[in-house]
Amino acid sequence: MSTATAPVIAASPSAFSRLWLGGRQLSVAASAVLLAPFFALLLLVFVYPLLSLLSLSVLEPHPTLANYARVFDNPVYVRVMLRTGWISLLTTVLALVLGFPIAYMMTRVKGAVAALLTACVLLPLWSSVLVRTAAWIVLLRRDGIVNNALQWLGLTGEPVKLLYTEGAVVLAMAHVLLPFLILPIYSALKNIPDDYMRAAAMLGANRRRAFFEVLLPMSRAGVWSGCLMVFLSALGFFVTPALVGSPQELMIATLVSQQVREMLDWPFAAALIGVLMVVVATLTMVFNKAVSFNRLIGGGA
Amino acid sequence: MSKNENTVRHRAPFDFGALSLRVYVWLVVLFIMVPTLIIVPMSFSPADFLEFPPSGFTLHWYQEFFGDPQWQKAALLSLQVAALTMVCSVVIGTMVSYAIVRGTERFRSATQLMVIGPVIAPHIAVAVACYLFYQRLGVVGSLAGFVAAHTVLALPFVVFTVSAALSRVDPDLESADMSCGASRARAFFHVTLPLIVPGLLSGALFAFIISFDEPVVSFFVSSVRQRTLPRRMFEDIEQNLTPVIPAIATLLTLLSIAVLIAVALLRVLERRRRAE
Amino acid sequence: MASTATQPPVAGSERVGGAGIEIRGLAKRFGAVRAVDDVSLSVQPGEFLALLGPSGSGKTSILMSIAGFELPDAGSIAIDGRDVTYLPASQRNLGMVFQKYTLFPHLSVLDNVAFGLKMRGVARAERHRLAEQALATVRLEGYGKRMPAQLSGGQQQRVALARAIVYKPKVLLMDEPLSALDKNLREEMQLEIKRLQSQLGITVVFVTHDQGEALTMADRVAILNQGRIQQLDAPKALYERPRTRFVAGFIGETNFMPAEIGPLRTQGALVQLPGGASPCEVRTDALVGRVAAGGRAVAALRPEQIVIGSPEDPAALRATVSGVIYSGSTVLCIAQLSDGTELRARLPDPSRVALAAGDRVGLLWPADALRIYGDEVAAA
Repeated sequence: MSTATAPVIAASPSAFSRLWLGGRQLSVAASAVLLAPFFALLLLVFVYPLLSLLSLSVLEPHPTLANYARVFDNPVYVRVMLRTGWISLLTTVLALVLGFPIAYMMTRVKGAVAALLTACVLLPLWSSVLVRTAAWIVLLRRDGIVNNALQWLGLTGEPVKLLYTEGAVVLAMAHVLLPFLILPIYSALKNIPDDYMRAAAMLGANRRRAFFEVLLPMSRAGVWSGCLMVFLSALGFFVTPALVGSPQELMIATLVSQQVREMLDWPFAAALIGVLMVVVATLTMVFNKAVSFNRLIGGGA
Repeated sequence: MSKNENTVRHRAPFDFGALSLRVYVWLVVLFIMVPTLIIVPMSFSPADFLEFPPSGFTLHWYQEFFGDPQWQKAALLSLQVAALTMVCSVVIGTMVSYAIVRGTERFRSATQLMVIGPVIAPHIAVAVACYLFYQRLGVVGSLAGFVAAHTVLALPFVVFTVSAALSRVDPDLESADMSCGASRARAFFHVTLPLIVPGLLSGALFAFIISFDEPVVSFFVSSVRQRTLPRRMFEDIEQNLTPVIPAIATLLTLLSIAVLIAVALLRVLERRRRAE
Repeated sequence: MASTATQPPVAGSERVGGAGIEIRGLAKRFGAVRAVDDVSLSVQPGEFLALLGPSGSGKTSILMSIAGFELPDAGSIAIDGRDVTYLPASQRNLGMVFQKYTLFPHLSVLDNVAFGLKMRGVARAERHRLAEQALATVRLEGYGKRMPAQLSGGQQQRVALARAIVYKPKVLLMDEPLSALDKNLREEMQLEIKRLQSQLGITVVFVTHDQGEALTMADRVAILNQGRIQQLDAPKALYERPRTRFVAGFIGETNFMPAEIGPLRTQGALVQLPGGASPCEVRTDALVGRVAAGGRAVAALRPEQIVIGSPEDPAALRATVSGVIYSGSTVLCIAQLSDGTELRARLPDPSRVALAAGDRVGLLWPADALRIYGDEVAAA
């Protein structure tokens, strides 16, 4: 499980820090040499291009905040921002409703069933986003299976427009991002020693109460971590909204794409990216602070 | 006290709550698996459009994929990029992992930031930034461009996998070798490397599949003549959705399953090796 | 109101009274291993019973069965006359303290203690009052608002104790609760727990692998090995009259040496020890198990009962000193018998010991100190 939870571990700095506790035998110089190619690559292909792009947003055509002003002054673009936030929120909620029970179940099954469940959760993680999105397009088309099923069940008389709607985007993104929610929650739940549930039972809590009063609060950090991962990923998601969403109802990523490829308005696109990055960075930092504060008062796993 | 002993299994009345949880979970699992599985039969359909259930059985679409020079070119490019990404990210990633597990603490925060950065940063931002950068350099659509960007994206996963494997190796083993006169490099290749090979291979497989399936950066960084497989798929899905897409999707899914199985086997192999 | 008691009663510590526990034929397997093998015992109301044994002996399994976390494969458990074998743990109304405190980290100390009352539907104000009382009982008044992470190990264990007794259960189960504490703290907590138990009058079943702890705290100790009870007795009896070889070796220090059994008489047997000038007489009540004339057995002797004397003494066992180790208040003298068996002797007064390696000595002991263990009969 550990290898596949890499994105999860990324969100918890403490796990990363733990790796540093091993024997520190390398000198500073040797460490630097080993790290040099990595830093070089990242600075060249990641940091510099990003900074370069963001600088466009405040330097073109002359040092100005006009590009950002455009983002917030124009109601069309404001609507895009809000829509992105709303869809991401819905996606997160849907993923939580679908994924939490799975994470919980995963902690309680053993043997072949556990392996099957794990495989079902991991496979989407390592298969192509395009494949999964394409599958949803296939399912949700007017002549697709879902529509056929609805008509066959007598729920609708004629094909319903399912594709190219906000609902389709939420559904498809929740499907794609589900593993990112399940894995952190599973990890958090699994790390709670059995004795806590036993203690709760001993004190008179039946299983339902033990779950709500003990297990859930103690896995809080994992739940928030998973939700955050899904939310932040959804904010910047491109593929699914581009293929499954309506061209009239853009999200940030599809708007950026349009600006860059059709309108060639780079500064504006850069400003949009800037807004996105600020939101992502802020939420990440706030979350990290909250998690370490939480740990300070002894909360959660 | 076995870790998996749950609270009481008692001769209780019918546990409705537990049953409905079970049913719900398996329904969600169906929700997860059905979209991926349903396109498989569709790839065998003889019709020119997508139909389910398929009215017949044909491998025509697979043949179309393998026969079409455009698809071949895209697939080949993706393979090349993925292979190179795999090599680069494993080499660089292993160096970083070694520095993390055995190195000085001085660089910890900076390294942490750099490793987590590509994971947290939205792919659209990375894609557009690289596109701009490459445009300025005139390397849009170049092999190096693809590989560089994909390596950045794959590195965090390689670093996590390999450093986890490294942390399970006893540092004393290397020290012992060094006290016999070997240099640290030799000790690494002689002692440590064989032990982390399964972890390395897992990281390599992850890097490969991340690169091969990567849609966003490929979308922006592809040029008209140099398009990766995901880029080509993207266009076809938008404009010309025929059962070729399910066929390709099926092949990709098989690839993912193969990677998953390989990684699982590698994990077993590593555990067995460590026991020796 | 003047009180004639020497100590003012601690708040919330009115006598609760204990329940009796009847365990009959308890058995539990994990795969091929018999964790608990046909165990029967009775715990008296208000008794402090320790379950003592090495890891894997089944002591924890028995506790878990009483608690309701393990379903036994066979047998029954009754508390206060009521059969609880298949009753869910949450309905048994027992108190339990775990090895790792297991305080809920997201709740304050007060909320932790009040948890059991909350589960029983007690109103907020009332349960806070009772929780404060319980905290006072374990001498942690005023700690209610703190979070568990802010407390030391000993304090956390006391909170766990308060949490377990606040709803006045008649039985308190303790699963090696002190093994995570350091030595001084452990001894302090042992006294606390004993004091609490006698004040409340509740029954305590205490699992431990530390024999010193069991002997100090318990009214009776059940020694377990491989799923069976080897002996169930008061600490003194266990120490002075161990009924099996295992118990003799497990409790306190014991020397074992091979013995040859001579003729059996009505009042005892003649036993020949290696290096003994003449056989010694051992009374019948010091013979354990099947001891046959002419057969072999194992003789057991406690180190502190051995006295060093002259090798010429006809009653003494001849030995050669192979080591002398000073350890604070006693001296450990290791002596080798003629057949190579090493005996350890604990001598009380270091200043009067003038032994060196190589000295030839004679070992003497009080008449009833030697016990002979023959083949084990089916365990008691």
